[in-house]
Amino acid sequence: MVPLSFYLVLSGILFVCGVLGFLIKRNIITIFMSIELMLNGVNLSFVAFAAQWHSLSGQIFVFFVMVVAAAEAAVGLAIIIAVYRTRETLNVDQVNLLKL
Amino acid sequence: MLHLILFLFFGVICAAGAINLLAQSHPINSALSLIVVMASLAGEYLLLGAEFVAAVQVIVYAGAIMVLFVFVIMLLNAGTEEHTRGSRVAILLGVPGVLIGAVLVAWTLLYRSDISSVKIGSMYGGPYLIAQLLFRHFLLPFEITSVLILVAIMGAVVLASRPDAVAKRHHAEAPKAMPELVGTGKEH
Repeated sequence: MVPLSFYLVLSGILFVCGVLGFLIKRNIITIFMSIELMLNGVNLSFVAFAAQWHSLSGQIFVFFVMVVAAAEAAVGLAIIIAVYRTRETLNVDQVNLLKL
Repeated sequence: MLHLILFLFFGVICAAGAINLLAQSHPINSALSLIVVMASLAGEYLLLGAEFVAAVQVIVYAGAIMVLFVFVIMLLNAGTEEHTRGSRVAILLGVPGVLIGAVLVAWTLLYRSDISSVKIGSMYGGPYLIAQLLFRHFLLPFEITSVLILVAIMGAVVLASRPDAVAKRHHAEAPKAMPELVGTGKEH
């Protein structure tokens, strides 16, 4: 038996690590990976609550989050490639214009 | 007891991977520790009885998405990150803000939670029941996500294609002299 709050604490740790990485990392790819980490933390709490309330809707929602994350990764990495092609840098401090 | 041991095993690996993602300065190391995080999260999902989600986590997240990340990191030849004045400001503002957020989350979990516990095998969550729900009750969102994936594929292709190649395709008879945008590996 594992208390549900253990899962929520782990989920919180993952989410906080994601937020921290998003704020302090300067590489745009690492920032993107921090967003994926945050999504994973939220997914864990979805599944934990699905087990808690004996409802499968939480797992369905995790499935949709994964689909959206896959689409986001594809589009985001394409944007990163386009940014790198014009700026030749991955440092977000040097990317301060949206214009290509 | 076994459940607790397995939870702690996967949880420690998961948290260590997440912290290692922050500690590493090269993106490829961060990507590999993110794969460790996702694989151990699949173990946690199995402990919670979510077999379908665990399988999808390994196949889609640790497989497809992370392969995309590693591919882009190697394609762009990303080096170690460099720090500027803005990054120091981000650390000064970011770390205290995140600490405040973490304290709030911990306080909520410790004092505002009247929640019980979960145990191994207590959950029915096989692919059969998931499919019943997904293809009946959630059929419309499921179809909408297929449109979303299609749009994302087309957007990725358009964004990642070279602008001079697109221009060449549109003006095949009058090729404009566009500057070569891709340089060779620049020294940082």
